[in-house]
Amino acid sequence: MSSRTLPLLFINLGGEMLYILDQRLRAQNIPADKAKKVMNDIITTMFNKKFLEELFKPQELYSKKALRTVFDRLAHASIMRLNQASMDKLYDLMTMAFKYQVLLCPRPKDILLVSFNHMDAIKDFVKDTPSILSQVDETYRQLIEMYTPLSSGEFQLIRQTLLIFFQDMHIRVSIFLKDKVQNSNGRFVLPTSGPVPHGTQVPGLIRMFSCTGEEFTRLKFNNGGNYTTALREGSFDIFGDRVTKLGTNMYSVSRPVETHMSGTSKNSAQHTKVSAAPNPLAKEELNLLARLMGGLEVQKPGNADTGFRISLFATDEEEEEALISRPDELSYGVINIQATKDQQANAELAKIMGEFTESGDQSPSVSNKGDDLLAMMDGL
Amino acid sequence: MYHKEKSIQIKNSASALYNNLSVLRIAPRRLTHFTVVHANMVNMVSASWDGLNYTHRQLQSKEPNVATSTSLIMQMYESDGSIMVYWHALDTPETPTAQAVFARGIAAVYENYICVGVSSGAILVFDVPSKGSNITLSEVLEEHKESITDMASECSGSQECIANLVTADDGGNLCVWKSGEEFQLLNKIPGFDMSCSSVKLWKGTAVAGYGTGQIRLYEAVTGILHAEINAHARWIYSVDIAPFSGLLLSAAEDSLVRVWHMTITPETNSVEVVHLHNECVTDTQICGARFCDGDGYAFAVTGYDLSEIIRYIQS
Repeated sequence: MSSRTLPLLFINLGGEMLYILDQRLRAQNIPADKAKKVMNDIITTMFNKKFLEELFKPQELYSKKALRTVFDRLAHASIMRLNQASMDKLYDLMTMAFKYQVLLCPRPKDILLVSFNHMDAIKDFVKDTPSILSQVDETYRQLIEMYTPLSSGEFQLIRQTLLIFFQDMHIRVSIFLKDKVQNSNGRFVLPTSGPVPHGTQVPGLIRMFSCTGEEFTRLKFNNGGNYTTALREGSFDIFGDRVTKLGTNMYSVSRPVETHMSGTSKNSAQHTKVSAAPNPLAKEELNLLARLMGGLEVQKPGNADTGFRISLFATDEEEEEALISRPDELSYGVINIQATKDQQANAELAKIMGEFTESGDQSPSVSNKGDDLLAMMDGL
Repeated sequence: MYHKEKSIQIKNSASALYNNLSVLRIAPRRLTHFTVVHANMVNMVSASWDGLNYTHRQLQSKEPNVATSTSLIMQMYESDGSIMVYWHALDTPETPTAQAVFARGIAAVYENYICVGVSSGAILVFDVPSKGSNITLSEVLEEHKESITDMASECSGSQECIANLVTADDGGNLCVWKSGEEFQLLNKIPGFDMSCSSVKLWKGTAVAGYGTGQIRLYEAVTGILHAEINAHARWIYSVDIAPFSGLLLSAAEDSLVRVWHMTITPETNSVEVVHLHNECVTDTQICGARFCDGDGYAFAVTGYDLSEIIRYIQS
């Protein structure tokens, strides 16, 4: 499968996360300066130079657990806090939204346009902060450099790799159900109408040629759908009209973010069996997380003056109920980082751990070699 | 023309991979094997013809051997999946390339060869003796420059055809071969930078399905284009031929399976195609479609995220 999938997965999921957080910050009337700080902090961390360097290296996709851990860290890169239930719901929404976008892309290459839609929105979030803006622009350049030369077949391979990652996920999302793009069984609606992808002809014609290359007859057939000719192609530049609406912000204050846990497909249990197999690439995942945490500024957590909690639910009771009633097979099992035997990874982690202790905050029992890195972070 | 029959449940859902359904009819035992890929696992269902017995088996790829830095690309089993008889691994390149090493496209070729395509564009030719399990790598064909997508051997049963293998790649290029101790390249049909995801060879005609949704029929040895069909609104994932009747099956991400009929007379170089039938698998991106028998009396379909094999039978 493709080794170029991770940057697209990360950037698009990150983009969806920002849409949802932005909506929740408004819905909960968080003061504008705090909200802006949260968005800026998260975007700065997302586009941290060293982190992106690691991200853009050719590599296999991370396990669901590892990726969920990365986003946990990212969501907590600022003064905002989320409870487990809210974090679970946030991640459900992010993943189902991107799964929808990947599935509905008319051509595999359109995934890049979806990514640019997310990038365009992120750029808009930080348009007043030049330092972050330049990081975002640099990422555009990296995306263009890496992806525009790829062939359609290579994009399809990326798409297929993403679809394997999203396999068997059928969480129902309120907005999708209301807009009738998702069925009550959690599967997305695939219309047999509308414009064909750029580069494709409307089906319905058979042309036959003689040995000399002359067309000697043409036959029409009923294509069973209601197709129209392709729209113009979207722009693959840093600026431009992307044409597709996939990847643009579908949330607003008046459209709440709900998911339904009950009635998910009975096949959802199956995917956890496959992902339970040990991932032999844990070292690479560790490197990425180390880079990510290296880019994090040390924040004093839960300080009454600055910190605050965001919820993805209407009430605290709802949030608690969601945590208790979440089906086992849908738990993400956030990864428990153990320092590996590998010398290099060890040194890197030790260095980061050291940086954190030097800043004056105590880290719990760092002397213990097998310590939980996440616990160390929480102790700050 | 066709109506839906009872579906067969599979243990895992099908992954979005080209040609993701294989069917093997074992007439003496009155059963049919169906195989569908889910990530790195093969799901096998053996269905008895009386519809009463379904046996399931799952084959998982061996864990990659990180220590020796090789990539396992192929495992060969007995046809019921009971015993692994052979496996093959390729060396992983020193520095990770942007494309992982993987195998895609497989065909059994006259007289006793199995060919496997690789992501680099290479084709491995294995010699499978009729007796014993001494399978050897006979040759590596390095004609394609892009990843192999699919390949097919001549399925008409006629041994008069000069070409007996066609291979396809991500650039839409087709190579036409004659098998033997040394495979001979007979022709190269260029693509237009549009991936050919599925290909079949029948009576010397290569039938190719493309990412643009087009199907093209080429005379394999000469490269003459005989027919071009604007067949589907999305990427084609599978084409199949019923060799006794000339029926053609095509399936795509657009949720549609279409049945066509081809009339091919090699002696007069004439090729004709007509459209016969459509089936829509609602809200499903189809990833595999095969006829279950040589006449095309029945066909089976798989779709992404679907945990069943849907079957259709002629009315």
